[in-house]
Amino acid sequence: MEKSHKMSTNPVAAPTNPFTREGREFGVAFLIMLVLIGVAPFVAYPFFVMQALCFALFASAFNLLIGYVGLLSFGHAMFLGSASYVCAHAAKVWGLEPELAILVGVACSAFLGLIAGALSIRSQGIYFAMITVALSQMIYFFCVEAPFTHGEDGIQAVPQGYVFGLIDLSKPTALYLFTAAIFLFGFLAVYRTVNSPFGEILKAIRENEPRAISLGYRVARYKLAAFVLSAALAGLAGATKAIVVQNASLTDVGFAMSGEVVLMTLLGGMGTLYGPVVGALVVVSMQNYLAQYGQWVTVIQGAVFVACVLLFRRGIVGEIGKALKWSI
Amino acid sequence: MFLGHAITTQQLYGQLLIGLINGSFYALLSLGLAVIFGMLNIVNFAHGALYMVGAFGAYFLLHGLGLNYWWALIGSPLIVGALGAVIERTLLYRLRGLDPLYGLLLTFGLALVIQGLFQNFYGASGMPYAIPPELSGGRNLGFMFLPNYRAWVIVFSAFVCFSTWFTIEKTKLGAYLRAATENPALVRAFGVNVPRMITLTYGFGVGLAALAGVLAAPINQVRPGMGADIIAVVFAVVVIGGMGSILGSIVTGFVLGVVEGLTKVFYPEASNTVVFVIMAIVLLIKPAGLFGKVA
Repeated sequence: MEKSHKMSTNPVAAPTNPFTREGREFGVAFLIMLVLIGVAPFVAYPFFVMQALCFALFASAFNLLIGYVGLLSFGHAMFLGSASYVCAHAAKVWGLEPELAILVGVACSAFLGLIAGALSIRSQGIYFAMITVALSQMIYFFCVEAPFTHGEDGIQAVPQGYVFGLIDLSKPTALYLFTAAIFLFGFLAVYRTVNSPFGEILKAIRENEPRAISLGYRVARYKLAAFVLSAALAGLAGATKAIVVQNASLTDVGFAMSGEVVLMTLLGGMGTLYGPVVGALVVVSMQNYLAQYGQWVTVIQGAVFVACVLLFRRGIVGEIGKALKWSI
Repeated sequence: MFLGHAITTQQLYGQLLIGLINGSFYALLSLGLAVIFGMLNIVNFAHGALYMVGAFGAYFLLHGLGLNYWWALIGSPLIVGALGAVIERTLLYRLRGLDPLYGLLLTFGLALVIQGLFQNFYGASGMPYAIPPELSGGRNLGFMFLPNYRAWVIVFSAFVCFSTWFTIEKTKLGAYLRAATENPALVRAFGVNVPRMITLTYGFGVGLAALAGVLAAPINQVRPGMGADIIAVVFAVVVIGGMGSILGSIVTGFVLGVVEGLTKVFYPEASNTVVFVIMAIVLLIKPAGLFGKVA
């Protein structure tokens, strides 16, 4: 099949070696991102930046599937939301320390990813997308009904607690550093995955699945592994968000959220490492600063979707990368 | 039995009826999706939003132009169908030859725009639409009371579904359509205007969605969110029935509506999830869906 027919328009392979050109380019971009994360809380409202970091991680996790395996999940909110609920419940009701509560949340979303993945990865393309829509809607209704989620109210006043029993997360600086550390861990996990032999096989599956099968790879297992990893990282984002904003609600598991993460990744650039981060920042800012316009935000988001699909399928980072001839 | 309360036959038949009604909407919507998918190879995410526009169309025709339900039944699908043809001509045709996922993304964006606009102007609450006087009232069947309007919705939907199936599978026009699905280049070589056929097919598919919207208007209120609520269920119906199967989508739509209704009687907590659970089970046993050929 011709490359132009495929979903991902940014087939970039950035090797891990820092002495190659691609490695240097990734490194420079990474340094810029580090500086921005360091400066951001002094320029913008820190609480907003932390939320943006959680969504950036969420979008990066989503991008692992669409950008590197070519699977469009339209139900990723189920992983964000379920981890968020479980983490909030673990921290508040079981009284777990934040790092343990987050781990429980991640384990839960990874397990959910295993089941949802096993059901969906046998299908491809739009079929896969529709199945993920339906599965996430099932999880949504489960969260509406289940007693521990407190339905419409959600889980409120989640305690932030002490990391390792030492660091007080109710202090803004500590919380910011904690969130930034988790984001960087997740981001580098995606980077490492994409640039490993495992990641190369994923890209081979994206480009030409029948050939990957004929080369002897058990494609279904690779896809499932990628799906579970993506679900776990999305869960990490959701669980961290529950600690940061101190609540878990139906918004995180709802269908609109699944659409938003698609928008973030599409706008930033599918199949680029920094695209989802940039896209998440733009979308979260848009919601934050346009909140007063009510439903117009939805209209604008929809229009951006249409514009992205019709006019620039590479996304912001993809276009920049193309202009600079950088692989970022 | 695992039930805490006794179930009267009245309740059972009542829920069966509601199930059949919902099933009619599922069947009409998934049929439209299947027709569009067969021809354009895209999943129309805007289907739910256009179903909502269809219901609003009936509302506008009544309150704006004073045209009653029967005019709306023809007018609203025609207007929405024309809107669909414009969407296909101006936007969707640009995506030919690209990964079908882009069609999904584009129509999802359109759904957001349409729904956001209606929410802006009409809020989240519903607006009532009266049952046409010719169909008000009902009849006593001995074992249950059957409102005339509901009987009409079921019979009419079944008729529309059957006619569509007949046209596609048994007529010459349908043969052209099926041939164009299989091999558009060859059909064009025979002098058939395939691009126009594609535009009309999309218009017809979303027209069916609008028709379902008009039928739903007197039963459920006219709300901007009505399409978003139903689209995930309709996707599940399409997955269960098998993608692109006309008959499959009709049968599955009606059956799942009934199953949902029965679940409301026997285990109400699961009534919202039962369709998705069935989908998961079907995927385990037959990944291509009950009537589908390939996944």
